Formats: sequence, structure tokens, C-alpha cells
Amino acid sequence: MQEAKPAITENVVQMQHICKSFGTVQALSGVHFELRRGEILSLLGENGSGKTTLMNILAGIYFPDAGDIFVNGKRVTIRQPKDAFDLNIGMVHQHFKLVEVFSAAENIVLGLSGGTTINRRTLYRHVREIADQYGFEIDPEKKVYDMSVSEKQTVEIIKALYRGADILILDEPTAVLTPQETDKLFDIMRAMKADHKSIILITHKLNEVLAVSDRVTVLRKGEYIDTIHTKDATIQSLTDMMVGRSVSLAIDRPTTTNVEPILMIQSLTALSQEGTKALDDVTFEANGGEILGIAGISGSGQRELCEAIAGLYPVIGGSILYRNIVDGYEVDENVVGLNPYEIAKKGIALAFVPEDRLGMGLAPSLDMVDNIMLKHYRENKGFFVDRKSPRQISERLVKDLQIVTPDVFTPIRQLSGGNVQKILVGREIDTAPRLLMVAYPVRGLDINSSYTIYNLLNEQKEKGTAVIFVGEDLDVLMEISDRILVMSGGRVTGIVDPRVTSKQEIGLLMLGQSIDNVKGADVV
Amino acid sequence: MTDQKIDNVNAQEQPDIPCPPAQDMYPMLKEPLVRITKRGIISTKHKTIVYIVGFILALLVGALMLLAVGKNPILAYRDMAVGSFGTAIASAETVRIAVPLLIASVAVGFAFKMKFWNIGAEGQILAGAIFCSYIVIHSINNGNYIPRIPLHLFMIICALIGGALFGFLPAFFKTKWGTNETLFTLMLNYIAIQYVIYLQSLRTWKDPRSSYPKIVDFSTFTDGKVELPRLFGVHIGWIFALIIATIAYFYLTKTKHGFEISVVGDSMNTARYAGMNTSWIQIRTLLISGALCGFVGYLQVAGANHTLTETSAGGVGFTAITVAWLAKLNPFVMIPIAVFIAMLQKGSLFIQSTMRIPASVADLLTGLILFFMLGCEFFIEYKLVFRSNRDASHLEQKEVAA
Repeated sequence: MQEAKPAITENVVQMQHICKSFGTVQALSGVHFELRRGEILSLLGENGSGKTTLMNILAGIYFPDAGDIFVNGKRVTIRQPKDAFDLNIGMVHQHFKLVEVFSAAENIVLGLSGGTTINRRTLYRHVREIADQYGFEIDPEKKVYDMSVSEKQTVEIIKALYRGADILILDEPTAVLTPQETDKLFDIMRAMKADHKSIILITHKLNEVLAVSDRVTVLRKGEYIDTIHTKDATIQSLTDMMVGRSVSLAIDRPTTTNVEPILMIQSLTALSQEGTKALDDVTFEANGGEILGIAGISGSGQRELCEAIAGLYPVIGGSILYRNIVDGYEVDENVVGLNPYEIAKKGIALAFVPEDRLGMGLAPSLDMVDNIMLKHYRENKGFFVDRKSPRQISERLVKDLQIVTPDVFTPIRQLSGGNVQKILVGREIDTAPRLLMVAYPVRGLDINSSYTIYNLLNEQKEKGTAVIFVGEDLDVLMEISDRILVMSGGRVTGIVDPRVTSKQEIGLLMLGQSIDNVKGADVV
Repeated sequence: MTDQKIDNVNAQEQPDIPCPPAQDMYPMLKEPLVRITKRGIISTKHKTIVYIVGFILALLVGALMLLAVGKNPILAYRDMAVGSFGTAIASAETVRIAVPLLIASVAVGFAFKMKFWNIGAEGQILAGAIFCSYIVIHSINNGNYIPRIPLHLFMIICALIGGALFGFLPAFFKTKWGTNETLFTLMLNYIAIQYVIYLQSLRTWKDPRSSYPKIVDFSTFTDGKVELPRLFGVHIGWIFALIIATIAYFYLTKTKHGFEISVVGDSMNTARYAGMNTSWIQIRTLLISGALCGFVGYLQVAGANHTLTETSAGGVGFTAITVAWLAKLNPFVMIPIAVFIAMLQKGSLFIQSTMRIPASVADLLTGLILFFMLGCEFFIEYKLVFRSNRDASHLEQKEVAA
């Protein structure tokens, strides 16, 4: 090592001129980053701005194309995650990396060097010590498969601390938490800060940045924008830095008349693959001219509900009634047991944007024309497919929704997430649906694309379509929805009016409390 | 928390003392010597160059292996070319090898496009051969009563049914109970082979003039009726093969069935989402795939061998997998590749006699070419980055930073 002199002593981590590209995509171009001892630093940026990539470089997952990393003033080379551990850097990834059949404590010591046996009593004591010190709640003997998402996250954080992490990277930790759990996590982060640990919070949620962090570093499209003290920042100023220009953050909630039920779900029950109830006695109505938000911790039955309505998930009880117009008469048709093709043949205009776009909904190695054709390829007569009209639709969608693609014959796998989502939503809306279901439609999209999607949903609502919006960002759901249905463990725990309900109340419903308790607990 | 506070913390925690040597505190690591990074979109020209380089390297490695056994690789390659296309007879023989290979490649290509790993082409070919041989045996045992054209029609129909049956079974069990199609099709190969061996000693099928188990020669016992007519020195199977490849291309790219195959192959859930009957699509495609293999069985019986042996398929079903992948499942591209593989096989037989090089050199070269072509895929997706002299550039940056 040529230079033994520390660069700037107060920085525990310093990254300079970091560049990283994936193929033609320049994920990071010359990014700087500094982390001080005993601070909580937010790393803020839109999806695709490179914040996770930058932290993955620090954690040894990726190797930078160029640039230097200093830890405690020393230039270091981090080739693999173990190198990062040795530098006391721990990262909690968005997708947990735990062994399901192991207990919490077993996961925590997994992969550490040591003897051939585990002294469980000492181990449990050590884990409890760490937990008590920072205010975690954890049962070291509990198996991971019995844990809630928030408990799994706790295990991940303790795993990092157990390995002696002084620098902790949390990648969007609140994405899977209820508001209550989020508050608890923030308390823990403050306790760790008091213990002189340095914490990096990767996020794109501005209120979290303001609530918990000392400083905030903003990235935009792989470039370093600025680092400012949180006390000098506002939501609007951070957004402008993040997006690069002034944007309006308000989401419309247009009022509509003629709100009539289009979909009536009664006592719908379905089993998960394990045989437990994925949907338990679900009853609700979705109205035309209305956006019905569906909130809940992920895995509460949202996916099964959408797929059951679309004819893709088997149900064991209850009915799915769809108000159809046959020969000028209104008929409530039960579509339970029908597959998507049979539902479409009944003349039911149902559009569905599933959660896993490339796994269900689109064929990634086919081009845009073929993907647009997916639902209509049977419509023309004869043995051959007609690619003429899908091609016209594709070209129109590219223009209307500003889809960035070399041409309509490029495999959509090669397009960015936002453009893929526009193709999917565009195709579904183009069918003039009466019922539109969208699951996590803005996941992975930048602010601009997200607002395009919100506007499209509102347009549909104004046309009289019944829109069902499964979301994860409660703030957005509460702004755009006319009603919010909250799910917990496959049950509907409440259907509330977001205009008169607080985020905390919805949080309690998400945790499985019934509506009466919630109303009693808080003044509306 | 204010800045002031942070600074205080730092003052306590990190007094400004000279740091110990780096090795004591941190692992001293260098950048890895070679790293793999993803390449962006690559031009067709660049891609072609990668493939050509890969092909040449395959031939070079093959040449090294020939050198290692003391043979002149240049002479060997020249003789292989001469032996496969040097004379009209040699060319006819090469095409005769290419015909079953091409049709079988198209057949497995159908299944592969759907990510249904049908490696049972060998068994499906034999099934077709067994079924159509039954017609011939039946005719022979009943006084050779079926005239030429109905004989061939019956043979074709039976061959298609036999192959389709062997394609249907794995597809049915996979869609119904989720069985593994790779193992299923592989095992069916052995069933077909062993069944032929059983037929060889069956009284009604066995050649009465032969002392060891062998099925009768169809040509002599049917007065040549079983033989396919020839055009340009090869049985007319080659016309069928070209027609099948052409139809297959349009079937896969222009028809609704072909579209369904692409979607099922890409994402089963997306196919279900679009309301496709994925079970039927898989069964239907495997019926076609199997039937095409069955047709190969007919061509082998009527065109090439004029009898049935356990080697009637002769590994064609396995080589077809290579051809299909080298052609990236494009039936048109399969035509030159099938011919090229046939050329290797025919050429290697020639150098076996002229240069005393074992004919298995064809398999060796086929394997090498496949290996290098698959290697090309890696270099089209990724590139290697070698460690550069970063320390120098690093020093400059350091100054800038300071």
C-alpha cells in the first residue's frame, strides 16, 4: 500500500469516482460517497439511480470498474462479501438471505468460522445481549419459517451486528413493514447510532429520510448529486434533487358519478400450496368509476385474490360475480372455475397487470408486437397469426406512453422496467376493460413513469372502469384510492375511506386487528 | 443530531494517531486478475466474427488432437472434404446421412422451443420404424399382397402414429403429474431399442435364412416394393426433409400454434394468463415432434436400410439435439448444419480407410464444435476485464481528491 495516511479521519467510509456499468447501462458514473462515524445517512434516489449498486460495491457483491474505496482512511479492495465483513461492513439486503429451516441463532452464526459444534447456550445469550442492547425483540430459537417479515429482518440485522459490523447498510428496509414496525426499526437505528455505529439507509421514501437520518446523499441516474444535512431539507427540495427538476407530487383523486358495482366477491376462500387458507372468506365489491386500493403486508393474500379473479388461481369456496351485459340485460355471472380464455369468451372485459410482469403477463424473449398480441391472437380467423394490428397498437402505445425502445421488434427483456410496465399497462388498458386489476404497478419505476401510471388509472376510473389497485406504498394508496381494503393473513380486516382514516389505523388493520378495535383506538 | 456532535464523537473515537501498517488491520487485496462483466448489445457483425473464431478454434483443437496421434491434420481435413463431396456417390451418401438428421432436428426443435427437453428422438424414430415395419411384415406373411403405393401410405401412417405415441406419453405424464420429461424420454429410448431386439428373435419377424436373430430384409421379400424411389442418386427422403424444414419454419413463426409454443416456452404462467391451454399445447407439440421422428423411422426403413435393426436410428436422435442447438432452433439454419455434420460423419469414414484415422474423429469434431459454439455464447453475453495498472491512475486521483 503506497499511502498509509488516512484521507479524512472522520469518515469511516469514503468512496471516490466509483464507476460501474452493466453491459451498455452505466449504473454509476464517478459517484462519491462519504459516511461519518455515528451517523444515519440516507442514500436517496429513484429506482435505477444506482443506490443499491453503490452499496453492493461496498458490500463486495459487485466489483467497481473504476474508483477507490477508503475504510477508516485506508484504501481497500473489496473483492467479495467476506472482505466486507472483515472491514466490519454489514449489509441487509432487500431480499433476505436466510435458511428457512434454521432457527434465528443458527442463521446468525451460519458461515462463521469456529469449532465443529455450536454452544447454543452461549450463542443464545450473546444474541439476546445484542437484542437487548438495541431494543430488538427476538427469540433465538424460533425457526425462520415461523417468522413474520419483520422478524426475519431483525435476524438479518443481528446477523450483521453479531459479525461485528460497525457500518450497517439497510436496503429499503421499510418496504415490507407496517407503519408501526417502521417506527420500531427507526428507534433501533437511533439506538445503534448512539452506540457510534454508522448506518446507511437506502430508500426512496422522503418522509423516512426526514424522520430518521442526519444527512442525505442523493443520486440520480448513476450520478452523484449532492449530500446535505437533513435539517436543511424538505420533501419538495429532496424530490427536486432526486428527479432533477421541479415536480408536482400531488396525485389526483377525481370525483366520478355513476358508481355502480361491477365485481362482487362473496366469501371467497382459497388454499395455499401448503394447504393453509390463502384467502379466507373474502367479501367485497368493486365499483365502476372508483379505485379500490388493496393494502396489506406482502403475502397477505393479495396475489391469490387477483389471480383468483382473473381465473388463474383455484378457489375452494365462495363466488366471483361479474356484472356483465348480455343482450342489453345486466347479468351477474359467476366466473369461479373458468380459465382466463373462458372468462374472455363470456364477453367479460377484464384486464390484469400482475405483480410479476415478466413471469406472468409478458413473454420476455418475445418482441413488443407479440406481447401486445398475447391476449388477442385468437381473434382473427384461420391458422395464421395476424401481426398487422398488434403492430399498429404497439406503434401507437410507443408514441402515447413514450415507451423507449429501439423498435417494436426488440425482445422486451432488453427494455428497462419502466418501459416494460408501460407496455403491460398499455396493452391491458387498450382492451377497454370494465374491470382493471393492477398489482404493484409502480414497483421499480421512476417518479415520472409512476405518475404516468397513476394518470392512466385515473383516466380509466373516469371512464367508469372498476379499478383494483394492489399497492405497497400506503401514502400513494391513500391519495389515489376511493376506498381501501386491508388484508391480513388472507382475510379482509377492513374496508375504509382513506379521506377519514389515518395511516396508523390502516397499519393496525394490516397487522390483523379488526375494524372495531381500530375505530376505538383512534379518533377519526 | 448536529454536526458538532458528530465531530465530538469522532474526536473521542479516532484520535489522530499514525495508523498501523495496513496488513495488521485489513486484508491487503489486489483487484482480481480477470473479471467477468456483462457486455451490452452486440452487433451482428461482431457476433459473426465470434462464431467464425469459435469455429476455427474448434478445427484447430481438432487438428492438435490429430497431430497428437501422428496424423497430418491438413491432409485429414482435405480428405474429409473429398470423401464427403468429392464424387457424386460420396455426395449422395452424405445427403443420405443428412436427411434423417435434418428431420429429427426439426422435430426436437419443436419441443425445445417450448423448453420441453425431448431427448427421446432416438426412441421415437425407432417407434416409427417398428410401426411401419409391422405393415411390411404383415404384408410379407400374407403373401406380399399390399401394392406399392398403399403399402407406403400405410407405412407412413403407422410410422407417424408410432412416433406420436412415443411423444405423447412423456407429454401426457408431464402435464398430468409433472413427471420429468428428460428422464422419461431418455428411458423410452431403451424401451424402443430393447423391443427391436425382442422382435429380431420373434418367429414371424425373424429372417428364416439367418442363423442369428435378425429381421428379414424387406426389399427381397417384397420384390423391392418397400424401396423409396431415387432422385439424383438419393432416395426421395431429401425432398421430404426440405419440405418439412420449410413448413416447420412457417409453422413456428407465422401460425397461432407456433406463437403458443413460443409463449409456453418463454413463460408457462404468461401462457396461462393469456388463456392458453398449456397442457394441450404441450401434448399437441409433442405429438407433432414424435410424429416427425416417426417419419424419420419410416425413411430409415423404406429409404436407407430396407429392414429394421436396433441401430436403425443410429444415434440420429442424439445428434439431432446438437444440430437443433447449433441452429438456434431455426429450421432453415438446421439445413446447412445437418449437411455439415453429415459431411463430418461421411468424411471421417473416408479417412478411416485412407489415413487409418478412427471414424470417431467425426464425433470428436462435432463435440469440439458444439463446445466452442456454446463458448461463443459466453463471449457474446460477457467480456473479460483484465487487471489494469490501477495504482498509477489511483495516485493521480488521490491528488485530485486531496
